[in-house]
Amino acid sequence: MTAEQGVFIFTSFLTLFSGYMTVTRTNLVHSALFLVVALFGVAVIFVLLDAGFLAVVQVLVYIGAIAILMIFAVMLTRGNVTDEQESVSPFFGWALLLAALFAFALIVMLGQWQDVAAQAPALSAERNTVAELGAALVSPEAYVIPFEVASVLLLAALIGALVVARPQKKKR
Amino acid sequence: MSFWQDPIGFLGEIIRNFLFNLLPEAWATFIFTLLSVVIVASFGLIIVIFLIWVERKIAARFQDRLGPNRAGPYGLLQTFADIVKLITKEDVVPEKADKLTFNIAPILSVVAVLLIWAVVPFAPGWIGTDLNVGVLYIAAVGSFGILSILMAGWSSNNKYALLGAFRAVAQLISYEVPMLITLMVPVLLARSMGMMEMVQDQDVWFIVLAPVSGLIFMVSSIAEVGRTPFDLLEAESEIVAGYHTEYTGMKFGLFFAGEFLHAFTVGVLFAIFFLGGWRGPGAEEYRLLGMVYLMLKGFLGYFIVMWVRSTLPRIRIDHMLALNWKFLTPVSLSLLVLTAILDKIYGETALRIPALLAGNAVVLLLGYLIMRAVSRRQTKERPTFKKRPVAKPA
Repeated sequence: MTAEQGVFIFTSFLTLFSGYMTVTRTNLVHSALFLVVALFGVAVIFVLLDAGFLAVVQVLVYIGAIAILMIFAVMLTRGNVTDEQESVSPFFGWALLLAALFAFALIVMLGQWQDVAAQAPALSAERNTVAELGAALVSPEAYVIPFEVASVLLLAALIGALVVARPQKKKR
Repeated sequence: MSFWQDPIGFLGEIIRNFLFNLLPEAWATFIFTLLSVVIVASFGLIIVIFLIWVERKIAARFQDRLGPNRAGPYGLLQTFADIVKLITKEDVVPEKADKLTFNIAPILSVVAVLLIWAVVPFAPGWIGTDLNVGVLYIAAVGSFGILSILMAGWSSNNKYALLGAFRAVAQLISYEVPMLITLMVPVLLARSMGMMEMVQDQDVWFIVLAPVSGLIFMVSSIAEVGRTPFDLLEAESEIVAGYHTEYTGMKFGLFFAGEFLHAFTVGVLFAIFFLGGWRGPGAEEYRLLGMVYLMLKGFLGYFIVMWVRSTLPRIRIDHMLALNWKFLTPVSLSLLVLTAILDKIYGETALRIPALLAGNAVVLLLGYLIMRAVSRRQTKERPTFKKRPVAKPA
């Protein structure tokens, strides 16, 4: 076992464990903190896949947003953040069945795919992946339209939020 | 490669050869990497002891005092005495606190700052790890700092601590916006997000090409550290001590050390992004000289932080948010767009410096004029009261 495999196995277990804790804790803030660990585990796996940019963005976007999530958890629950009820939904059995079905389908599909065990070609050290990603995002041959549509959507959401939150102007 | 040109590289090579001869390759790589991590991390932790002394001494001079001068020559041993005091203090954990979260928070607050040092280029070739997304990495590890403050405030189970944490999150998340936008300006000018390339590209220091961006970076970084005039998170006259109200002894010491180290880190980052990092005469030849240059420039930035701290009073919370959202963010956004356009047009020509300087001046002037007009209108709209006859003593 190489060191990289050791890190992968440890991180995977940590991520799965934290994911489980996230959905089962009755204390909302604890759930949020376990979510941080789970998301960080995913970032570590991105690093192991040599996707440094994705790892950093994962930490920046997701873990950065958790702080806001925690604030909402504290502010919306007033004082005691612990939920008395069981946090597992009564439809747990059905959800488990569906998840198992999907997992089974995924394993079958991946099993039929021949390149599943193929080694990805190594990136040469000279390639500037970040610059290539940036160029791809604004190149007409690549992703410029999805990129722009996404930004327009976000802008619309931003303006919508402002319109809703804006105090009504009083008539003089 | 001689010792004097590259002492750390020279010693590193000796240790590396020793380890690789002694141990199998996988273990040797592991221990060697661990050793480098320990060296980079402890550099930050050791320098903070010195920083506390420097800050107390300089702040004292600003206030016409002498500062620590009893323990050791020039009071140099004062910090060690303080550390001994902090360690021997009783460790109090509030009974209703969330114990685990309460204990992790101070560690996380120091770690969040130390992680930045992993990508600080000390000298040519001396860098923890030269990520190609170094700038983004700095932004990403900053979110751990916010998280640690929120964890500390919430787990203390104290309303003042929680209020402090809420203020902290409002402030830190707001000021992250102009800070990240202005960080994009050096990235644009250097055409790279890697820290090493950023320094190597500064034949002209970026402070010359983007002075206003440098200023905004400095202001928003001071707010990120949470120092005066932006120390609303621990405003002692309003909310006791903010998020670290319940912390005692070395746990409080960790928050304290984290803040000092963060302030110095801000100075170093300012030096890297805007003052040319380790660049200076002879730095390529003798690498230790490069590190000296970086530290000197870093201390210049740190001095500005201290200067502001001991000069300005704390600002009001609505002023703090208005300054960020109504001035810094729009100005930094327009600077980013303007820099991108001007650098595309004049980037390769001799007009690069004057064009960018003129662009900066125009943005600053427009921003100032708009601010003045707005503040005048607000003064006019201020509610006025009827004049009442003044009571006269009989």
